[in-house]
Amino acid sequence: MQTKKIINDGNRSVDEMLEGILAAHPRHLKSVDGSPRSIIARDGRRPGKVGLVIGGGSGHEPTFLGFVGKGLADAAAIGNVFASPPPDPILECAKAVSAGAGVLFMYGNYAGDVMNFDMAAEMAAMDDIEVRTVLSTDDVASAPRDQRQKRRGVAGNFFIFKAAGAACDRMLSFDECERIAKKANDHTFTMGVALSPCSLPQTRRPNFEIGEDEMEIGMGIHGEPGIARGKLKTADEITDEMLDNILDEMAPARGDKVAVLVNSLGSTPLMELYIVNRRVKQRLDDIGVSIHATWVGNYCTSLEMAGASVTLMHLDGELQTMLDHPCDCAMFRAG
Amino acid sequence: MTVIDTARLKTMFDEIAVAIEADKDRLCQLDGVIGDADHGIAMALGFGAVRDALAALDLSAIEPTALLNTAAKSFLNAVGASSGPLYATAFMRGAAAVKGKAVLTDADVVAMVQAMAQGIRDRGKAEIGEKTMVDAWQPAAEAAAAAHTAGKTLAESFSAALEAAERGAEATKNMIASKGRSSRLGERSLGHMDPGAASAVTVIGAMRNSLG
Repeated sequence: MQTKKIINDGNRSVDEMLEGILAAHPRHLKSVDGSPRSIIARDGRRPGKVGLVIGGGSGHEPTFLGFVGKGLADAAAIGNVFASPPPDPILECAKAVSAGAGVLFMYGNYAGDVMNFDMAAEMAAMDDIEVRTVLSTDDVASAPRDQRQKRRGVAGNFFIFKAAGAACDRMLSFDECERIAKKANDHTFTMGVALSPCSLPQTRRPNFEIGEDEMEIGMGIHGEPGIARGKLKTADEITDEMLDNILDEMAPARGDKVAVLVNSLGSTPLMELYIVNRRVKQRLDDIGVSIHATWVGNYCTSLEMAGASVTLMHLDGELQTMLDHPCDCAMFRAG
Repeated sequence: MTVIDTARLKTMFDEIAVAIEADKDRLCQLDGVIGDADHGIAMALGFGAVRDALAALDLSAIEPTALLNTAAKSFLNAVGASSGPLYATAFMRGAAAVKGKAVLTDADVVAMVQAMAQGIRDRGKAEIGEKTMVDAWQPAAEAAAAAHTAGKTLAESFSAALEAAERGAEATKNMIASKGRSSRLGERSLGHMDPGAASAVTVIGAMRNSLG
């Protein structure tokens, strides 16, 4: 049995989505002429500003292109569903945002993305555009602590891109933008739980099997298996399990500040996200950690997967300033 | 001795496209167990794009190198993902290995296959035993080269390559992934065939049928 989706043609879904997004957000976004999978901010590029190019597979909306706009990313390269974009649209993004100060590539750490973005960076170098890359590796469940560089990038992208985009918008040097981007990644920790699968528009078949009464802790945003599967627990128990892992690693001291993101993987409703957030607040209160800001909603989805993730960013003065910096994107505004 | 011209190479890509399309669901299912269930889609998309791009070429006016580079570019731009850069690099290296040749001898084809396998290894930075398509491609290239050196025909060399690829793909069931998305699974990847190695067998099988 095929899953139900409101689509026309599974092979055209990404391009039709992009048409709809450009129609909805003409004030913020446009595509590069001749490269429809390269989406750029209308008011991103400025002389002397470090350009920020993000990107990855489709199916995670509003990640990535929803975070393109003034104060955040200058461009996003769009791949097929759950597949890295090829080098060409990435290169076109780099060319469109390059203003002589260098271009940062930021994306989640996946083998395919790394190969395609690295090829694009090599091609950009031939056009005299200096590219540096900062990968996001915030998914605590995806590799042990001593192999942080192997971890996946997931919902924490939102905080990491936000901080880097603010650094770029504040006209900081290439070195400073790169340093802040790396620091943002080092300070960001995510853990997710999946309840039911998603299905690709081209196959319309569930991309993994899970029992009616089961959940999987640590599942990736493409349905990659997580760290433990078990009976579905209560919101408080699930939240505790996610937070235990995050806090164990983040090790915040009493009086420290964090930013919180409670994210839906697609079909989990706001009601459940806020129930999770209630527990996050209780737990952080218990250990004397204060919450500087909280975001709750669909920030990094996995098509129609049911489930949620919790991300904490461990703040210092600098990261707090970057998070508070105004931005105006098609699908996100701050300040 | 067989002589492979651009028309035969186009036939090879057409046969790969047909074989991969027929194998698409199985590859997606293999990928669903340890990955994100889209490997068959990406491969079918890529070789479909190659078929279309090659259909637009004037085969009498170009050499094998140009055909292989067209295949590389069309595969890459249609797919992205992991298989895009890996197969694009394979075809570009294959193209470089036969540069300047108007037609390919048995030795040229074997050199092309070796260059393809090396390209995949270099781009993916993967070695034998890491549960990737390298586990099929590298033994296949080595078996083809060994058979050719031993005086076998191209058909026999490709048959040796296919058997080696099948053994290599089968062996990935007993490997723990250390590259690509499934590497995050650790021991949970045990018992499952790597989808990239499985599709490599399909590709090499279609190459044998069309070139051998």
